[in-house]
Amino acid sequence: MTTTDKFVKMVEAIALFLAVVGLILFLASRFSGRKGDRVVAAVFLLPTAVMVLVGLVYPGVRTIYYSFFNAAGTAFVGMDNYQTIFTSSDQRTVLRNTVLWVVVTPFVATAVGLLYAILVDKARVEALAKAFIFLPMSISFVGASIIWKFVYEYRPDQSGVQQIGLLNQLLVWLGLTPQQWLINTPWNTFFLIVVMIWIQAGFAMTVLSAAIKAIPEDIVEAARLDGVGPLGMFRFVTVPSIRPALIVVLTTIGIGTLKVFDIVRTMTGGQFDTSVVANEFYSESFRSANQGLGAALAVLLFVLVIPIVLYNIRQLRASEGR
Amino acid sequence: MTTADAALPVTSTPAVAALAEASGKAKRKLTSPWASLAALVIAVLWTLPTLGLAISSFRPAAEIKTTGWWTFFTDPQVTLDNYRTVLSTTGTGGLGSYFVNSFVIVIPSVVIPISLAALAAYAFAWIDFKGRNLLFIAIFALQIVPIQVTLIPLLTLYVDGGLAGSFWSIWLSHSIFALPLAIFLLHNFMREIPRELIEAARMDGAGHVQIFFRVLLPLLTPALAAIGIFQFLWVWNDLLVALTFSGSSSDVQPITVALANLSGTQGTAWHLLSAGAFVSIIVPVAVFLSLQRFFVRGLLAGGLKG
Amino acid sequence: MTARTTGRRAIAVTGVLALALGASACGSSDNKSSGAQRGSTECADYAQYGDLSGKTVSVFTGIVTPEDALLKKTWAPFESCTGATIKGTFDKSFETQILVQAKAGNPPDIAIVPQPGLLQQLVATGKAKPAPKETEANVDKNFTKDWKSYGTVNGVFYAAPQNASMKSLVWYSPKEFKDKGYTEPKTLDELTALSDKIAASGHKPWCAGIASGEATGWPVTDWMEDMMLRLSGPAEYDKWVKHQIAFNSPGPTAALDEVGKFLKNGKYVNGGLGDVKSIATTTFQDGGLPILQGQCSLHRQASFYAANWPQGTKVSKDGDVFAFFLPGKTAEDKPVLGGGEFLLAFSDRPEVKAFQTFVSSGTWATLAAEGGGGRAVSANRGADVTKCQCSEIDTLAFSVLQDPKAIFRFDGSDAMPAAIGSNAFWKQATSWITGQSTKDTVNKIEAAWPK
Repeated sequence: MTTTDKFVKMVEAIALFLAVVGLILFLASRFSGRKGDRVVAAVFLLPTAVMVLVGLVYPGVRTIYYSFFNAAGTAFVGMDNYQTIFTSSDQRTVLRNTVLWVVVTPFVATAVGLLYAILVDKARVEALAKAFIFLPMSISFVGASIIWKFVYEYRPDQSGVQQIGLLNQLLVWLGLTPQQWLINTPWNTFFLIVVMIWIQAGFAMTVLSAAIKAIPEDIVEAARLDGVGPLGMFRFVTVPSIRPALIVVLTTIGIGTLKVFDIVRTMTGGQFDTSVVANEFYSESFRSANQGLGAALAVLLFVLVIPIVLYNIRQLRASEGR
Repeated sequence: MTTADAALPVTSTPAVAALAEASGKAKRKLTSPWASLAALVIAVLWTLPTLGLAISSFRPAAEIKTTGWWTFFTDPQVTLDNYRTVLSTTGTGGLGSYFVNSFVIVIPSVVIPISLAALAAYAFAWIDFKGRNLLFIAIFALQIVPIQVTLIPLLTLYVDGGLAGSFWSIWLSHSIFALPLAIFLLHNFMREIPRELIEAARMDGAGHVQIFFRVLLPLLTPALAAIGIFQFLWVWNDLLVALTFSGSSSDVQPITVALANLSGTQGTAWHLLSAGAFVSIIVPVAVFLSLQRFFVRGLLAGGLKG
Repeated sequence: MTARTTGRRAIAVTGVLALALGASACGSSDNKSSGAQRGSTECADYAQYGDLSGKTVSVFTGIVTPEDALLKKTWAPFESCTGATIKGTFDKSFETQILVQAKAGNPPDIAIVPQPGLLQQLVATGKAKPAPKETEANVDKNFTKDWKSYGTVNGVFYAAPQNASMKSLVWYSPKEFKDKGYTEPKTLDELTALSDKIAASGHKPWCAGIASGEATGWPVTDWMEDMMLRLSGPAEYDKWVKHQIAFNSPGPTAALDEVGKFLKNGKYVNGGLGDVKSIATTTFQDGGLPILQGQCSLHRQASFYAANWPQGTKVSKDGDVFAFFLPGKTAEDKPVLGGGEFLLAFSDRPEVKAFQTFVSSGTWATLAAEGGGGRAVSANRGADVTKCQCSEIDTLAFSVLQDPKAIFRFDGSDAMPAAIGSNAFWKQATSWITGQSTKDTVNKIEAAWPK
């Protein structure tokens, strides 16, 4: 296929897609007023519903189904797989780590993103300053794991050997002994979490910065005239104003964190008690060829996200009332 | 909840207010030197690891393995070999054809889900119908479906439909995976738009399609830009989806696949991977920087029209 | 799965290794270089495959740059003589992708599979095709029974072997050995004595690294397989791999303890890299590099490690680094641990069959040998070794792999079920390095064995 062929295909695809959207809009525009609402909603949601049903709901249901089957998916085993998850000695560590990830990552990443967004807001070099924090987001997980190797890498403390990991070099400069950061539990999990925070802070900052820019200036001015200081401004104006955006960011990073396994997989391979549920799911499904257990772990991920979903439902209800 | 309730009226008028303070707002310095310092510290902390990679990508392979990248400042040894290898040896058509594939993959994979998500989010945010919240929450919760569990069922469908190994399978897959989050984010942005604006448009006899295009779309430009950036990044950096659905066809494989194979049969060749990572970073960063300007301006322009 | 595969799959690379007695045989091969002999009869060997013009065979493999080029070169004569097109896809994540593709019904025509365990999984999808008669005839003629058995699943022969490699090697610095008067050990006891001697001189003799992303731990499994072969013998080894004896029975336990005498001995490891635990965080690629700085003297790793030394490192008997055979209990006892690749077909179209037959032929093996580099060596007795662009070690590997009397065993963890061979074994081996006892380790692996 030549380059031109590829671009022609792409243009064709977009044209075809636009035609479909055009058709949807045309259909929808035939129904105006409140009576047609249901029809409009139906046509607006139809393509999404079809794609999501085929691409996510069906595989999801299939996964739940297979979680009750054996490794090859050939014999019904009831709750055996779930029992394995909760009785295996290593699994408590895995669950503990997963909870650590989901609690720490969203809050710290959001805090850093928010702080930075406020600090550089309206600064002269704002765009550039934001690009620095955003940069990690644009790096693939493979790239990120190499980058952090140059931070955590350990070399022994002996003559003729130089550190190549930045963190250990700092220790050496301070006259301390280099550490094997990724081996010692439970701290190694935190060192992995740092990588995720480093990546996700850019997401938090971008969304929150947009939210901060949308805070009406008159409110800010009014507060300032009332003599509210910077901290008070943060506490009583900024945070309440961007609360919905904060929830969106926390939720998104939280769910993303539950699913993430690339960092663990590339940096420790889940060794040294650093594994998380998503990583276990991956190794059971794709390395151990244990379809049943892998599926059960995926279902556990569904279950773990329920609290986040419930919280969002409450938020949704609350905002309905307005 | 009290804070939230108090805050809601405030947040419900951002666009209008943003317009009010719009263009007249002068850029000013950071509020205090301490704030500047804090921002600087964060920026340095966040950039330092990447800087290490950047410097490493210009260092000879043997140096990378034996000394820290900071020794570069005292003993600079620069080589372009890593980049030369990365740019020349990959695949049959060189890196170029993979770059083309990445573009061909990424553009529809951003346009399709975001357009569909905008329609769906509109329906969830501004059309009353039975079971709306339930459906919305269901779609929101689908974010948790691990992509890996969808691979075999989806690929089977593509094979049956004759789409396997074509760009279509990759476009559709990325679109499907992006929809729940895009709908969730856009829905939240849409809810922020003042109800009065929508009601006013309705009073004027506008249908949903007109409201969507004339009222919401302009106001949503920054949100769409933001989500567009993230979707762009995810697709651009994606390896798994591309690998699975491109099948055995180098005709459609993106640059990430080429880069993943760079390090050779022997595993981690840091010198090549660091150069390769930098080659693939260029485009997303350029997109971010260019869209970011548009991002702020979009907000103001939208406000003016609204 | 990538890094690990790469490690294990890799074939004896450009290295020149010790023990190569008849090394000079290679030098003379230059004179009889291939080109001249072909000429007009170039396509005679290919007449049997008929005219395959316009036909395409898709091949999927985890072999990547730079070895992919060597592989493609071996296909070229087949393509030009039969008119067929071989469309290769070279991808590091082959192992997971091929399973997804096979299960989804979208497999390539041919997959080049580096592990018998994976081969069994692929056959279990029901999409694979048994090897054609012609291919089987080639394999019967050119390979030992052992090699044929690796490609056989449930009594049906599926996959013909392609390249092969040798793993039982210990890298060292010839210069250091000469300066300090060390000699290559011929027995395990001598190896221990040498290690003690080096340790007594005030530096740690061994260095190792087992980090390999998600495959972290695999070099320990190679160590253990080597020791299992040496302490319990090939018959017990086979039983262990097939789980006819438990993983926590005395034989395997003793083998792991023997590995522990080296890898978990604070006096022996980890030269230039730290303490015992540092083995777990050092990548396998970096594991042997301290030899170059003189901070470590011995590193057990397969022949492919030759490609891992920095550019400019002289790999030869009088160069910077070299390797000797990991000795057995006695000087006569020389069991070889190795690996290899197998061609599994998912289609029985004539051109696919022809390609399978071609790769299992002596003609192909000779082409591979002529290509040299990382893909010269195979266990194919049809290969014309005199044409090999071989390094010393390649020649040795050829002689060992083709010798029906040599005790050769396939990498055991590659043949174990995936739940062990590419999960529990690695994981527990890593925990073992960071402090878990041998007893706990073998018990946990035994417990993970699929019922």
